[in-house]
Amino acid sequence: MLKRAVASKPARKPPMSVDESTVRRVAKLARIAVEDEEIAKLTGELDAILAFVEELSALDVEGVEPMTSVIPTSVRLREDVVNDGGDAERVLMNAPAREGDFYVVPKVVE
Amino acid sequence: MTDLLDLSFAQARAAMRAKDVSAVELTRAYLDAIEQARTLNAYVLETPEIALERARGSDERIGKGEAGALEGLPLGVKDLFCTEGVRTTACSKILGDFTPPYESHVTDRMRRAGAVMLGKLNNDEFAMGSSNETSCFGAPVNPWRRTGSDAALVAGGSSGGSAAAVAARLCLGATATDTGGSIRQPAAFTGTVGIKPTYGRCSRWGIVAFASSLDQAGPIARDVRDAAILLGAMAGYDPRDSTSIDREVPDYEAAVGRSVKGLRIGIPREYRVEGMPAEIEQLWTTGAAQLKAAGAEIVDVSLPHTKYALPAYYIVAPAEASSNLARYDGVRYGRRVPGPDITAMYENTRAEGFGSEVRRRIMIGAYVLSAGYYDAYYVRAQKVRTLIRRDFETVFADGIDAILTPATPSAAFGIGEKANASPVEMYLNDVFTVTVNMAGLPGIAVPAGLSGEGLPLALQLIGRPFDEETLFATASVIEDAGGGGFSPERWW
Repeated sequence: MLKRAVASKPARKPPMSVDESTVRRVAKLARIAVEDEEIAKLTGELDAILAFVEELSALDVEGVEPMTSVIPTSVRLREDVVNDGGDAERVLMNAPAREGDFYVVPKVVE
Repeated sequence: MTDLLDLSFAQARAAMRAKDVSAVELTRAYLDAIEQARTLNAYVLETPEIALERARGSDERIGKGEAGALEGLPLGVKDLFCTEGVRTTACSKILGDFTPPYESHVTDRMRRAGAVMLGKLNNDEFAMGSSNETSCFGAPVNPWRRTGSDAALVAGGSSGGSAAAVAARLCLGATATDTGGSIRQPAAFTGTVGIKPTYGRCSRWGIVAFASSLDQAGPIARDVRDAAILLGAMAGYDPRDSTSIDREVPDYEAAVGRSVKGLRIGIPREYRVEGMPAEIEQLWTTGAAQLKAAGAEIVDVSLPHTKYALPAYYIVAPAEASSNLARYDGVRYGRRVPGPDITAMYENTRAEGFGSEVRRRIMIGAYVLSAGYYDAYYVRAQKVRTLIRRDFETVFADGIDAILTPATPSAAFGIGEKANASPVEMYLNDVFTVTVNMAGLPGIAVPAGLSGEGLPLALQLIGRPFDEETLFATASVIEDAGGGGFSPERWW
């Protein structure tokens, strides 16, 4: 059994409001291009939503287990057999760009 | 042929088995009705050839005495369900003309039971919305109008197309999904019945994912019995969804009309929210009185963490959405917008492909999951979720069988009327429904009366895990007491 060591990052208390540079950083993380003129509006909207969820910090959750499964379930294991695959045509049928049995993307390695 | 459209599920089933009407005749009546109702924008794709082909198959099976549970019944499918060889878009530009090479588990079950698919129904983009106004196809129009007004109203969201189509008799019933109220709120806005079953009751396999720990499929139908029949065909174990529950599906239809004598119905005081319209309050009191008259005991209960459900939801749902929607990258399917390098291609594709509400939720999700904030937001929200579930467990352990609440804080509002409302104001539509998703419980919306403006209003019943039967029993009491007949006057 492999044990994975998880280096937990120190928990930071989130700032009370987001600024424009945070919005640009989040947009980058989310891989969504954002025009300069959209930034101010988005900042206001995200700020309002974060202010709304801020209500949760008033609640004492000390010692409460975070929910991991809403209905108690155990993980099922399936038979260790090949049950699917080998159908490139069906996999690729919706590709925006393809060559043979490959997806085509812009060059990623110089 | 209009009278054919008046037949309920149960009536149409009986008429076909008695050979009074064929599946093809019934299907044609619906296809005609759909054609005449395009102004409602309920269907985003009509599939008349598939419908007629399946109806012919149904007539053959009925002739041979091999009819399935939904044999020959014309149904609509929310465009969030993947349908083999039929365009599936989640009403997002980013999926383009995506045509799945597979069928979702739920629609596959329905098809095997003999259902006839009429087409794909409108919904909010990726099911994110409470008015169906975020759809890339535009909002469906509620077949109901305020008395003396011809203003177009929303059908609710996210399953607005399903609700509008059922209310306008453009299908006998429809599939829908519910992440925070997306079955129950549109059902409430259109005078139809919608049930979100217990999490795990219906397989999520093949349904476009929004927030995986909250998403659940269910039916919208004309009455409680039809909803019970349809859920019975949709529910069932599927090994391909690791959260699907391997548990027998009861005979839901048998629970409709079952006595509620001796049942204890909880009235949660925390749902008496500030600024609640008097007519909603009145509807709630009347519903409780109807259950009492049928022999149930009405008990005041407390669900103290109710007010934290909506803020916790707006952390959990966007966080899961930002992970789920990472797959739309313009590489494997859907729309691609080119860029000078691969990152620019991703960013351009996602900027153009996603609408503003979806972009906003993905960004909120990315923020609350970003390095260092995970514990402060996501883990805290999941702890709050434990507390919300515990509230319900305590009430059920005290012997409460079901909980009665209003379904929505208002009747349907106008299309565009909330265009200037803040995102948070829109989110408040789900204040009564979202707790149920956070706790994984079943909830049903049943029409209970008309507003002063002549629009349908609904009550919600919340049940113990996997006790959908009690919801069908209690909801049918409210349905019968109201006299049913929540049908809009035809203007289209």
